[in-house]
Amino acid sequence: MNLFDIMGPVMVGPSSSHTAGAVKIGYVARKLIGEPIVSAKINLYGSFLATGRGHGTHFAIVAGLLGMKTDDVRIPKSMEIAKAEGMQVSFGRADLEDGHPNSAELELVGAEGRKLTIVGESIGGSLINIAKIDGLDANFSGEYPTLIVHNLDQPGHVAEVTSMLAHKSVNIATMQLYRAKRGGNAVMVIECDQEVPKESIEWLNHLEGIEKVTYYSLL
Amino acid sequence: MSFARLKEITDISQEENILFWEVVLRDDMKERNVSREESFATMEGMLDAMESADNDYTPSLKSASGLAGGDGEKLEKCRQENGKLVGDFLAEVMEKAVKMGESNACMKRIVAMPTAGSCGVIPAVLLTYLNQKKVAREKIVEALYVAGGIGEVIATSASIAGAEGGCQAEIGSASAMAAGAIAYLEGGDNEAIVNACALALKNMLGLTCDPVAGLVEVPCIKRNVSGAVNAVVSSRIALSGIKSAIEPDEVIDSMRRIGRLMPACLRETGEDGLATTKSGLAIANKISKVL
Ligand code: SF4
Repeated sequence: MNLFDIMGPVMVGPSSSHTAGAVKIGYVARKLIGEPIVSAKINLYGSFLATGRGHGTHFAIVAGLLGMKTDDVRIPKSMEIAKAEGMQVSFGRADLEDGHPNSAELELVGAEGRKLTIVGESIGGSLINIAKIDGLDANFSGEYPTLIVHNLDQPGHVAEVTSMLAHKSVNIATMQLYRAKRGGNAVMVIECDQEVPKESIEWLNHLEGIEKVTYYSLL
Repeated sequence: MSFARLKEITDISQEENILFWEVVLRDDMKERNVSREESFATMEGMLDAMESADNDYTPSLKSASGLAGGDGEKLEKCRQENGKLVGDFLAEVMEKAVKMGESNACMKRIVAMPTAGSCGVIPAVLLTYLNQKKVAREKIVEALYVAGGIGEVIATSASIAGAEGGCQAEIGSASAMAAGAIAYLEGGDNEAIVNACALALKNMLGLTCDPVAGLVEVPCIKRNVSGAVNAVVSSRIALSGIKSAIEPDEVIDSMRRIGRLMPACLRETGEDGLATTKSGLAIANKISKVL
């Protein structure tokens, strides 16, 4: 926590968790999919579902999906902007087991056809946690450049990724590994202190056993 | 490192012979690895954002629930017609506090200081000071550092989240921060600053977070007024030389303990207090039909 976590942030109200946090979840999702979104199904859970309308949570998530940040004064107009930009939006309720009280599940389709489903949680202040990506655990904050690699659970993939990062002088801040079952689908979530170069991400994408690479850049 | 005690700040201030606000600024430079100019510019940016939020107030705007909006204008009218009772300064403080709280509820851009719910307290006091006392802007920015130092101590040693510590942690913290800031602006020394903070916080201890329908509107918006006025009167008490009988850092400690003892139903869950009064439930019921 630093001085300007207390003396700020500048944000569109009314709630840091239900508005600013919700914008951030949408924003991170937009960055992760990496292309304009043409269809967004937004499923709310817990307090997001119960009090979201009064807190502008719906506008906030859509604003984030359009690439707006938490201090963007266009947030209350996000639905109209989405319409104008050709983004289809619908809302529902999420069925999450043991979901955080402020959660949203976003099912997204990008203009180039890329699909992405994430579960985002607003965990207090305007801090968030991206809990799941495409059904697998993820757990990252969106405060760091983050590399998410879906791979087959086989020996060697972690080494490939980490040695690439070392080679590019990217320091790892946190690293998590998850797998659905032994030998099944696995995911690495790596928060970095520096940005990962674009060509390295493309290189990873072509490796055998690596199924999908998603990158969240702060730039 | 964030400060955990007010005494850490005042000790450094004494040892290095620099002002309270300067201690906080230097710490920010170290913590975020920025220059003095960068830190100052960021803080000035907060002042700019507070000013534009105040200028952007729209009396005709209503919040999504229909509960909030328009009260700032009533207070403005009241000040113009009959400001005598509380005097010009407090009248403007009250008006600005409500306006900011309403702007927040209406999805306008505000500065969460320390939180969105309590965003009206510090600007109400400091913008009124800037407007009426004609001080240099830099002075107000310095006062914001004073507020920030106090806020850091409270956040580290107690809490600034209603869900954790009740409203004493939000409006209470904002009020204590603002009290220290005015004490500084009025020429108070470190003693006056920390005592203003302690006196303000003592008046807010135990304040629950019980918003109707879970929205940051009732009682939040009008509580910003009481937090702001409390800051002004507490700083005046401290500036007169009166001291808090309880050590300022110990007041913050007790705020943490009280927050821990507070049941969850009074910490932003909307499960008791004002939220479950007959009127509160009736409002919630009505809102659920609009939203
Ligand atoms: S009542 Fe709760 S939500 Fe409202 S200002 Fe106080 S702490 Fe924030």
